[in-house]
Amino acid sequence: MDTELGNPKVRGPQEAVAKGSMVTIKTMVKHPMESGLRKDKDTGQTIPAYFIQKVEATYLGQPVMKAEWTGAVSRNPFFSFNLKATATGPVVVTWTDNQGGTWNDKTELKVM
Amino acid sequence: MHKSVSKGMTRRGFFCTAGAAGLSAAVLVGIPGQARATGIPELIAETMGPGEPANERVIVDAPPKAENGSTVRIPVKVDHPMEADNYIAAVAIFVENNPNPLTARFEFLPAIGAVEFEVRIKMAKASPVRVVAKTNSGKLYQVIKQIEVAEGGCAG
Repeated sequence: MDTELGNPKVRGPQEAVAKGSMVTIKTMVKHPMESGLRKDKDTGQTIPAYFIQKVEATYLGQPVMKAEWTGAVSRNPFFSFNLKATATGPVVVTWTDNQGGTWNDKTELKVM
Repeated sequence: MHKSVSKGMTRRGFFCTAGAAGLSAAVLVGIPGQARATGIPELIAETMGPGEPANERVIVDAPPKAENGSTVRIPVKVDHPMEADNYIAAVAIFVENNPNPLTARFEFLPAIGAVEFEVRIKMAKASPVRVVAKTNSGKLYQVIKQIEVAEGGCAG
């Protein structure tokens, strides 16, 4: 089982896009996403809940989306969303887990 | 006896069994803060507000059978304007047969331009997956899609 944590990735189109067009932003972060419902068979102990709880996306410095996740979102969560390209500028995604861990990454959107 | 059973189990078998045990326990004791004792409609009212969701506008183009219950693709699209005074403000995903049906909740602002996203979730077993969208004025839309989970998948 891979134990890598974090390594946040936010990716958008490489080329400039037309103003007003929809683009897809793809994101991923490494995280175990433990639900808190699983038990360790050897010890009988519940494996503590440890999951990304909040996700926030901004574009041009303004919030466009935020999410509350639970431990039922898959491990190493992939998340993509569409966004209307209105001006050249950064798309920043920030993830925060239930133990206070936080990661972010950005992509620079180029608009013609 | 216990030992020999354990020895015979695959790694995958162990994780699925552990998951299933955890899930059963969770159902029996209930999860604080989650409305498992009450029904899905009450849970929707609690998280999305009152009203009967209309069966339109929300599109979930997920495959009807997921190969792996630990990674089920849920692509969501809401066919609705994203204008300053008329937009989709929130979307929530409920997996009705999971111990905690509320899996994820999203909020949007008009600047995003459209509500179309994809998230991947865990499913312990086949379940209706209900995706509910709420407009800024509180109107609710939904779609309910039955998703089967291929044998060997587990919620993890």
